[in-house]
Amino acid sequence: MSQGSITIEQAATIPRVHVRSGVGENGRARVSRDTAEKVIALLAPVLLLALWELLVRVRLLDARFFPAPLSIPGTFYNLAFVVPWQGALPNHVLTSLSRAAVGFAIGAIPAICIGIVMGLIPLVRAALQPIIGALFPIPKVAILPLLMLIFGLGEQSKWAIIAIGVFFQVLIATAAGVANIERIYLDVGRNYGASRLATYRTIALPGALPMIFAGIRLGWGVALLLLVTAEMVSAKSGLGYLIWQSWQTFSVEEMYVGLVTVAGIGIVSFWLLDALESWLLPWKARS
Amino acid sequence: MVVSGGESESQAGPGWGFQSGAKITIERLGKVFDSRNGRVEALRDVSLVIPNGQFCCVVGPSGCGKTTLLRILAGLDEHTSGRLELAHHDQAKPLNSMVFQEQSIFPWMTVDDNVAYGLKMRGVAGKQCREVVDYYVEKVGLTAFRRAYPHQLSGGMKQRVSVARAFANDPEILLMDEPFAALDEQNKALLQEELLKIWEESKKTVVFITHSIDEAVILGDRVLVMTAHPGTMKADMEVKFPRPRHVYELKASPAFGELVYNVWSQLRDEVLRAKQEEQVQGGAP
Repeated sequence: MSQGSITIEQAATIPRVHVRSGVGENGRARVSRDTAEKVIALLAPVLLLALWELLVRVRLLDARFFPAPLSIPGTFYNLAFVVPWQGALPNHVLTSLSRAAVGFAIGAIPAICIGIVMGLIPLVRAALQPIIGALFPIPKVAILPLLMLIFGLGEQSKWAIIAIGVFFQVLIATAAGVANIERIYLDVGRNYGASRLATYRTIALPGALPMIFAGIRLGWGVALLLLVTAEMVSAKSGLGYLIWQSWQTFSVEEMYVGLVTVAGIGIVSFWLLDALESWLLPWKARS
Repeated sequence: MVVSGGESESQAGPGWGFQSGAKITIERLGKVFDSRNGRVEALRDVSLVIPNGQFCCVVGPSGCGKTTLLRILAGLDEHTSGRLELAHHDQAKPLNSMVFQEQSIFPWMTVDDNVAYGLKMRGVAGKQCREVVDYYVEKVGLTAFRRAYPHQLSGGMKQRVSVARAFANDPEILLMDEPFAALDEQNKALLQEELLKIWEESKKTVVFITHSIDEAVILGDRVLVMTAHPGTMKADMEVKFPRPRHVYELKASPAFGELVYNVWSQLRDEVLRAKQEEQVQGGAP
């Protein structure tokens, strides 16, 4: 028998060898898939806009309601740099942002303080829980007329409605965050002689901070919503006013500038919140 | 090696060679609490004297109220009957610090800040605080991780931080609640050695709860055996191995095995009784 051939008995016992080679240190297959996903994520909206532009040009889309995307930058430029400051985009943005910021601060700061006390002291929680439970579900927009009656048409009524909306979101998240802190951490505080104030500062606040941040995120979303609503109803400036005004004068391009700006503010502010969170919570394990 | 005490359920035998009298005196201590399933008696008639500077280990079947006893000593729970006396010799030091069983170091603080916690809470700051923290962080071998957060540490490292935090606070009594129970065998032995080394420097009074007989005999000057629920003291044994002790050397000696066996023979009935009770409760509707 020649050396190369094998008998049937031998063939039956020869194992089949499975060979798998490593993908290399950089896991090349994985990297190229990641890149592909990123490219598609960027490309998809661009393609959608291009399609939109095309449909308007061939008159399949009504330019009165869906103006061609390429007509927006011109309007944007005009609103931002050409028109007088009073009606200019930067003025609207600044006015809106300052309203949102002031209202947010008025709502969020007391909410965090009260929320911590509620979370730590069961008696306080028992007293406040039903009141909050009854007030929270009221759509905040419904009390806007009442607030305008109380605070007038000026800035105060806008601050008030935003503050109220933010207050409940942050309060509920904070109270839940503090109440859900593992008991053992409070035991440690007691065993190591932490005063009540030190317990708030070193245990309750940092322990609840991840939940508080979730509340702040929700609260900021509510703030933007109420801001635009309040500005549509009673304001002479701001992005809500700009959008509403464009509807009344039927200048759809300007309306789109307002919409895109509001969307941009939303996106950027949530980015900033993300950055703030990872700066304030370096101890959170991130996946 | 001498095994003394046997069945004595109450006082520490005479002749504990320790300095200046009783540190912890417990007389007929009882703890009853109300739970959803009615009243539960966790501890009954526990009597015990722990001299100053003694390393006292308590073993017992799970659910026998060991942890409750320790929490009462720490002031985290209140007893319902009997008397408890803790001698506070140096008012400048805290009376007790506890090392908890579960993960208890603050996830939002670095290793350094966790170890410094007790000191900061009692107003020790600046250079003095930093020196103490440096010392104990180094003692437990975490100098390279001092700015790390707990989520970056292994389980053994976290318990090291917990031990360092308690020692840095420099209490008169150390209360340890199964601090190494969750660790693997090798880490446990390492931490036991480290604990012995640090303790032998300071000779603080220690009450160490464990369910491991080996651990109790390795660490303690004395091993107390508790009965199954409701917990009370069953046996009190002296451990006379010389110090400094080394975990694996000690484990290799025949005297060690003999003492472990003696403790086990006291404990066995209680473990069986605890198991039976569990089954009875489990069988009930």
